[in-house]
Amino acid sequence: MSFDSAYQSRKFNSVGTRPLRPDGVDKVTGRARYGADFNMPGQLVARVLRSPHAHARIKSIDTTRAASLKGVKAVVTAADLPDLTDGDASLFAILDNCMARTKAMYDGHAVAAVAAIDEKTAKAALKLIAVDYEVLPHVVDVDEATRPEAPVLNETVFTQGVEPAPTTPSNVANRSEFGHGDIAAGFAQADVIVERSYKTEQTHQGYIEPHACVANCSPDGTADLWVCTQGHFVFRQTCSDLLGLEVSKLRVTSSEIGGGFGGKTHVWAEPVALALSRKAGRPVKLVMSRAEVFRASGPTSATSIDVKIGAGKDGTITAASATLRYSNGPYADMWAELGAMTSFACYDLENVKTVGLEVLVNRPKVAAYRAPSAPMAAFAVESAMDELAAKIGMDAVDLRIKNVAKEGSRSSYGPVYGPIGIGPTLEAAKAHPHMSAPLRKNQGRGMACGFWFNFGGQTCTDLNVNADGTVSLAVGTVDVGGSRASLSLIAAEELGIPYEDVKAVVSDTATLGYNDMTDGSRGTFSTSMATISAARNAIEVMRKRAALMWEIPPEDVYWEDGHAHAAGTRHGNRAPLSVKEIAAEAANTGGPVAGHSELVADGAGVSFATHICDIEVDPETGSSRVVRYTVIQDAGKAVHPAYVEGQYQGGAAQGIGWALNEEYIYGEDGRLQNPGFLDYRIPVCSDLPMIDTQILEIPNPNHPYGVRGVGETSIVPPLAAIANAVSKAVGVRMTHIPISPPRILAALSDDKGS
Amino acid sequence: MSSIAVSTTINDDDVEFLCQPDETLLDVLRNRLGLMGSKEGCGTGDCGACSTIMDGRVVCSCLVLGAEAQGRKIETIEGMAQGSDLHPLQTKFIEHAALQCGICTPGFLIAAKALLDRNPDPTETEIRFWLAGNLCRCTGYDKIVRAVQDAAAEMRGEPA
Repeated sequence: MSFDSAYQSRKFNSVGTRPLRPDGVDKVTGRARYGADFNMPGQLVARVLRSPHAHARIKSIDTTRAASLKGVKAVVTAADLPDLTDGDASLFAILDNCMARTKAMYDGHAVAAVAAIDEKTAKAALKLIAVDYEVLPHVVDVDEATRPEAPVLNETVFTQGVEPAPTTPSNVANRSEFGHGDIAAGFAQADVIVERSYKTEQTHQGYIEPHACVANCSPDGTADLWVCTQGHFVFRQTCSDLLGLEVSKLRVTSSEIGGGFGGKTHVWAEPVALALSRKAGRPVKLVMSRAEVFRASGPTSATSIDVKIGAGKDGTITAASATLRYSNGPYADMWAELGAMTSFACYDLENVKTVGLEVLVNRPKVAAYRAPSAPMAAFAVESAMDELAAKIGMDAVDLRIKNVAKEGSRSSYGPVYGPIGIGPTLEAAKAHPHMSAPLRKNQGRGMACGFWFNFGGQTCTDLNVNADGTVSLAVGTVDVGGSRASLSLIAAEELGIPYEDVKAVVSDTATLGYNDMTDGSRGTFSTSMATISAARNAIEVMRKRAALMWEIPPEDVYWEDGHAHAAGTRHGNRAPLSVKEIAAEAANTGGPVAGHSELVADGAGVSFATHICDIEVDPETGSSRVVRYTVIQDAGKAVHPAYVEGQYQGGAAQGIGWALNEEYIYGEDGRLQNPGFLDYRIPVCSDLPMIDTQILEIPNPNHPYGVRGVGETSIVPPLAAIANAVSKAVGVRMTHIPISPPRILAALSDDKGS
Repeated sequence: MSSIAVSTTINDDDVEFLCQPDETLLDVLRNRLGLMGSKEGCGTGDCGACSTIMDGRVVCSCLVLGAEAQGRKIETIEGMAQGSDLHPLQTKFIEHAALQCGICTPGFLIAAKALLDRNPDPTETEIRFWLAGNLCRCTGYDKIVRAVQDAAAEMRGEPA
């Protein structure tokens, strides 16, 4: 039976309620098992040796002394991970990042690893590994890396996407371009033009759980991997490819995950753990330290962005353009491209052009971080929008409403929008009491909008109706923040049974078909679609079983409110059969009742938000404090509103930390100076106020219940909203994130000086 | 180095263990005693995921040596519920959706319990500053603070 994913308006019974999450008790009693909470008999401890240099050629590595230390069972280098990537550049980047092959590309790049009987022995062995480095000139700043005199990281990289093709290597790996119309003509029509450059510093996702895994390569050629990941099927594929294993021979089990925010979509050390296990013939546990997490797992890009927006006196934008330079770390990716796509996505523009430049620097390989690349682009564009409003003499919200994208608008990155929520979030912001509340001295109010694409992707789900009528739901998307609760609600809704009768689990890779990872805000969106499909397939089975029980034709049975009903007058007044009654007879009517679904969840509805915040600045010290914060975002349909609010609040808090405090600080030597939570300070409880949320529900036409992804968009507006608020509080336009106390003081003294 | 024999009390039970002189209490709990509810987020006392109560005081167990537990009274997350009866803080954390990934939750619960043990009616500001040593990257703290407020009210016997 083909699955119809179109939205149908309905009255919900389970969806939209706030039941207790099924994994709650385990998580408040310390019983939930995360990456580092798993052990195997005979397990060894792994430690990784990392480059102290930002850029260095590896002339030789001598591991003989380490290998002969008592208690050391295996030492590996790049030689133990032969290149099986067959020209696949992104796979090679993962391999080279896991273990440096010819050059160490950043401070913290892995160069060797040891498996030993305990941590003390493993650490001692690392000290016995002799690496002969030829230190090379390095560059860590995104703008400096684009200059002609900058050291080139990779002699084989020539800028792609420019004509004619360059003949000299460059740190600019790729140029992408988006837009439509004629911006020169558009700017010529403008009465007012704002043009400004912005910078943002590199931040880390800052999940509290460091990366951890246990790898077990068996002599029979099979392997097991227990790992904290956002996508165990993707990890299986990548690790199989890099180790030359057949996919079916590697079984990956995802642990409970202690935060990921995109950072655990990437493979960092798992192939190393597998290689150590293969060499030692024993299970190997590899847990990163916090310093390793900062130095060697993915931060987001540092950026440098130029924005130009022109408008008529009435506020109609006539042209908009942006050039976005995003640091990628040592390997080319598409981070600037995502920034270029998202920059102006909130607006309906006649003439728009964005250019993205991927810049290679001697910093860790950049990883996805919640709506990757969008927050920085939004910071630049939404800051310029505020300046434009001020220049025209228009209210900042009204300027945005005047130019807002709506159904039928052609987006700045190409597609034409369906029903979208940016307009409603702006109207809600305008009407929100926060917008008109009085401000005190040294306070400023800012607002900003944000966009994220959302993603669907491959999804596979099993729904089994047990003999007592309860339901076991097996999903393949890792639960990062309550999706087992939301998916249980979905199954309960579709089957018409109580939430408490559904138990959702995350399957391992051997017991369910392939699933893309939990990224792109797809967990609840795509797996709820597959769950509805699986439930409908199970209902079809139950309808036939009811017909058998009643001995009537199956077409005379219909399903409603969790029961099989006999249709028409021909079959008398048969009492409807419940799921429990049908399940109890399953053994006599054809065996177990189950529904399966595999699909590509197309049509992830794009997501928009508007944030409002009040900041108070101390002009003496430059310190700032968020005094009030409001998030307004379209959820399509909030399946479990408490966890939707949680996503809104959590994204806002991460954005606040990014805007005001967090940054990677490098020394002249190219070494990261703050790889710990003491010096890389994320927001703590006393830094923040309550974060108010308003959930809007503009149904996604491509999901049966109207669901859109909600996880990422909430981190997009905060950088700009805070920059706009601080700029108003201090009377100076802030253009460099984070807006830390020294930057505020510098801006205030510059202002006084001028 | 030879191991040190330690006699201590953990969650009201008499416990004896051997540990190395440089071994942290967190490593002892997790690796020797199987009490893996305390988490290591940083190992440097900055994140609070390993919070335990030692003689009534919240400590980062990654900054305490196992040998220092000698003769002390340690409370960990595993001892917070009485059998199958959850502590009001545990119940309220689940009710308020005060956890997303949950890795920081044991530390927050331990720290919040220590707060309510000495101050049954804390203000929002007092809660926020008391919990400032515990990092949460998922929630933005809003629902955590509300859960603590609600648990405190319930423990004071106030109607919900």
